Amino acid sequence: MATYFSEDHEWITVEGDTATLGITKHAADQLGEVVFVEQREAGDEFEKGGEIGVIESVKAASEIYAPLDGEVIEVNETLADNPAALNESPEGDAWIYKIKISDASQLDDLMDLDGYKALIG
Amino acid sequence: MTDAPKRTPLYDLHVELGGKMVDFAGWEMPVQYPMGIMGEHKQCREKAALFDVSHMGQVILRGENVGEKLETLCPQAYAGLKEGKARYGFFTNENGGIMDDLIVSNAGDHYFVVVNAALRHQDIPHMQANLDGVEVTEIFDRALVAVQGPKAEDVVGELCPAARELKFMETTVAEIDGAECRISRLGYTGEDGYEISIPEADAIRISKLFLAHDDCEPAGLGARDSLRLEAGLCLYGNDIDQSTSPIEASLSWAIQKRRKEEGGFPGAARIQKELAEGPAKKLVGIKPEGRAPARQGVEVQSEGGDTLGTITSGSFGPTVGGPVAMGYVAADHAAPGTKVNLIIRGKAQPAEITALPFVTQNYKR
Repeated sequence: MATYFSEDHEWITVEGDTATLGITKHAADQLGEVVFVEQREAGDEFEKGGEIGVIESVKAASEIYAPLDGEVIEVNETLADNPAALNESPEGDAWIYKIKISDASQLDDLMDLDGYKALIG
Repeated sequence: MTDAPKRTPLYDLHVELGGKMVDFAGWEMPVQYPMGIMGEHKQCREKAALFDVSHMGQVILRGENVGEKLETLCPQAYAGLKEGKARYGFFTNENGGIMDDLIVSNAGDHYFVVVNAALRHQDIPHMQANLDGVEVTEIFDRALVAVQGPKAEDVVGELCPAARELKFMETTVAEIDGAECRISRLGYTGEDGYEISIPEADAIRISKLFLAHDDCEPAGLGARDSLRLEAGLCLYGNDIDQSTSPIEASLSWAIQKRRKEEGGFPGAARIQKELAEGPAKKLVGIKPEGRAPARQGVEVQSEGGDTLGTITSGSFGPTVGGPVAMGYVAADHAAPGTKVNLIIRGKAQPAEITALPFVTQNYKR
């Protein structure tokens, strides 16, 4: 199990060819209080860089971009009723998707924790 | 504008309180403090919140018959505005659009006017050019602080008993901790409260005295926006602009009867025609049925798919507990209860036209 980070402030924790995806604490803090999350459905396929959802805070809407190619295999349904969980536990209970990774070599383009910490300063 | 953003007399206090500073209309202003927009919003609805609104333009008008002369620029009845009273109004253009909205107070030996931050550069020359024999002086050495909420009377009244005597839309001059302040019982949150003009050298000290009250916390522009939206109050540049008439903007309540009948202000022809025949479009409250906020620019469609208009302000309403919006729709779809669709990211989301405000206004009449 390894965790990677994207420049768009997502984390993915990989187990074999599947992974759990969410946004980082840093991203959640920047967004402010989350009031709505728009998610894709299980079975939706996506490409690296494509929009895979929207997070709305009181102030603004922010897109979630796919860090790699893949397919949604499970959606965290609890976020629909409790979007504020994204502020409380963005790197824990408030994961957004479980995904199937299409091309594991794309993981090489992502950062490890040290690299991400350097990015956010 | 490429100039560095300007700072208000309260800048150092914002930083000390952990304000998240953003550029707003050329001013470095706090969008929120560590409490967060949601908490600051509820603080204002339930207790009291302090806002820095020093970026707005404070203007003094001196001369003969200032009220009458203002009536040549505004459709409000300012000639009859009694000493110690304030009145909401707007400058209209020749086409009946709104140039800016403002508050005019009769301060006895002068008139005190507050205009929007982004339009100071337009409004001051507009008044200088058109108010013959009136000395128009923009004030740069005073802060403007709003204390808003059901506990505002206690927060301000403990330091300044005269504030308790004011009713909604009344203004007076009184000392607060030795500084001469103009205190007006009004605001833009839908709650009771005050806007207080304070000499800049005293602004941080007096703000800290307000904040020392258990029921008062600082709030930023984020909460100010969600509060005014729930209260159904227009934001210039979003909901009203040079093209929208006050009648379209559902602001006919702000034009007094005599002016409606007599006209004699810029754009009177269009405004009187719309009063008589009704406008083609109207600003209304729009309540999305789902949880997705509908932001500025979202298209409003009829259930049959015809374009009706556009959302002009939309956000999450912390007191309502869901999304709220305002926008223009065709007049034949403006009745409260009308079902519409909002096109959010390509998908039609159901919503309903509602009466404004979303939250009952709580003024001290």
